[in-house]
Amino acid sequence: MTTIESTRRTPRFADAQIEMAHGAGGTASRRLVEGLIGPYFSNPALQAFSDAAALSIEGTRIATTADGFVVKPLRFPGGSIGELAVNGTLNDLAVSAAKPVALMATLILEAGLATSTLESEIEAMAIAARKAGVPIVGGDTKVVEHGMADGMYVSTFGIGATDPRVTLDPASIRPGDRVLLSGPIGAHGITILLARGELDFQADLVSDTRCVWPFVEALLSRCGPGLRWMRDPTRGGVATALNELVRSSEYGIALSEENVPMHDAVRGACELLGLDPLHIANEGQFLAVVAPGYADAALEAVRSVEGGERAVYIGEVRAEPKRRVVGINGYGGTRVIDMLVGDPLPRIC
Amino acid sequence: MKYVDEFREPGIISGVARELARTVDPARHYRVMEVCGGHTHSIYRHGLRDVLPANIELVHGPGCPVCVLPTGRVDDGLAIAARDGVVLTCFGDMMRVPGTKGTPLEMKARGADIRMVYSPLDALRIAEQHPQKHICFFSIGFETTAPSTALTILRARELGLQNFSVFCNHVTIVPAMRAILDSPDMRIDGFVGPGHVSSITGCRPYEFIAADYRKPVVVAGFEPLDILEAILMVVRQLNAGEARVENQYKRIVPWEGNPPALRAMAQVFELRPYFEWRGLGFISQSALAIKDAFAAYDAEKLFDIPGVRVTDPRGAQCGEVLKGVLKPPQCKLFGTECNPEHPVGALMVSSEGACAAYYRYAVYSAAVEAPA
Repeated sequence: MTTIESTRRTPRFADAQIEMAHGAGGTASRRLVEGLIGPYFSNPALQAFSDAAALSIEGTRIATTADGFVVKPLRFPGGSIGELAVNGTLNDLAVSAAKPVALMATLILEAGLATSTLESEIEAMAIAARKAGVPIVGGDTKVVEHGMADGMYVSTFGIGATDPRVTLDPASIRPGDRVLLSGPIGAHGITILLARGELDFQADLVSDTRCVWPFVEALLSRCGPGLRWMRDPTRGGVATALNELVRSSEYGIALSEENVPMHDAVRGACELLGLDPLHIANEGQFLAVVAPGYADAALEAVRSVEGGERAVYIGEVRAEPKRRVVGINGYGGTRVIDMLVGDPLPRIC
Repeated sequence: MKYVDEFREPGIISGVARELARTVDPARHYRVMEVCGGHTHSIYRHGLRDVLPANIELVHGPGCPVCVLPTGRVDDGLAIAARDGVVLTCFGDMMRVPGTKGTPLEMKARGADIRMVYSPLDALRIAEQHPQKHICFFSIGFETTAPSTALTILRARELGLQNFSVFCNHVTIVPAMRAILDSPDMRIDGFVGPGHVSSITGCRPYEFIAADYRKPVVVAGFEPLDILEAILMVVRQLNAGEARVENQYKRIVPWEGNPPALRAMAQVFELRPYFEWRGLGFISQSALAIKDAFAAYDAEKLFDIPGVRVTDPRGAQCGEVLKGVLKPPQCKLFGTECNPEHPVGALMVSSEGACAAYYRYAVYSAAVEAPA
């Protein structure tokens, strides 16, 4: 039997109560996880605060991840809570360079939920899992009183086999590395916002929710050793994901703002509402930092998979400014791109 | 995207920047105040400081509605929200403005029914959907938003709604500009004038600034090209020793303003004798109240409101920043006790607030080369 040495640190979470911003995936979420939860559970696997925990069982490297889904509304153009739960969990494994092996799902149901609604979500989960070739092998079902939940919530667990060809680590990025983005950003967040019907405008937009494993698989096989880091930019968007990366490294990132692809509807909605598209959630995109020698092969690999045609390099790693993400526009104007603060769009996934 | 891309075209912007560099007198220092928070936001968001000549200093003005709202008024609004059966609605910016006992967002987390809306008409819709509740709209803003509040009150009367009111905090920009011009520490050479406000008021209200104070005013749009062009127009006037009101934002701003909007405002609102501005103190005839004829929709008349004056947090120098005397990072609390996540002063809350804009976009300011 091994002894687990406690590395517990004192919690540093000063907020008196939980607010919506603590679930937004930005600075407040980070404070909650690192300041209150992390110190109590402290252990080496958790310390990385990555999408999935890397474990080793008798020499076999595996990745495990857990996720919760509270999206409102349950169904939206392009997806639904069940499909999102499956793909979201698969994506956390994929960007950890782990081939998904199995999923588990817990359903928290509100008394009064129509069986037809539940069944269509179970079916959506089954379809998404079958498409990815990953079985859902178990879970739990709980019911709470009417009014105590919003229809249904889904909590998932996923397990994957870590690809032996790569070691992803934020500390491994180097100046000159390129930042690859798989496709147009912001479609999920803006779709959910519009689907709630609280705004008097409509757009022809669907969520980008999908499983990104096929792209990652192509990357791993074509340029595994050149991959330094990957992340799916969900809550908090591309800006938050890249800030988390640079804060775990010694370097910064220069982003060419005009190269960041997005649908016109996303851009227009963000202009009207004063939102930064770089803070808007995605559910079917990923970011990868690639060593310069593998840059062409990596882009070619992602573009060769159906749905990856709009993959593009949006920036590169720089020695300066350290631990910051700086956006540069076409006439040389610069701005700091920070993590998401507050919660412009609650319950997005 | 039409009306956006044309005004962000790098080639044209670089061209105006070069023209500006040629036009400035190298022996001279230019202090230009952009009055509007929307301009402040755009300047930082689009990195315009990087293309301005070094001897043009931009001073951020008081045109950020959330920023100039005193803490006492936030407390008053939250007192309304604390009443049974009341739903308080407000713009998103207001949700994070600290009152004495917390922000609207914190009050919401504790159970108060406070909802964010994008338009006062959304609040009206909530009132129609929930006849058993009273819906109060916490209205803020300059002449830009005041007409929509006025029209909403008129609409509420038309619908015969009994469960809707407005907590009116509308202010007017000209008295604030005059207060800044009369301030003894004022050292501003010219103004980039408000764009959205002027689309309602027109350009005439600024004529006294040119005539009496001999300062140029150029009403400007909000895209990078608009702002650069307006700065160029101010510099040209200063070089020529002129002081006129010019309109750079002709595609939106008619010289005479928007008469139907002004009529709606005049129908519903009257000037308050005085009103408190954060950092600037009490300014006479600088804010709007709801006329007695619409008292049924006036939250200040319907509810018992504490009306307590609250001093600014100790150490916060919002007033000096609002007047342009201090730059945001010169405030003692900037970036330490006061940051976008835990704002002490309202200038750190709104994306139009000088401190939030500075904190978000300009912490790093050295030139960076574009990636390949």
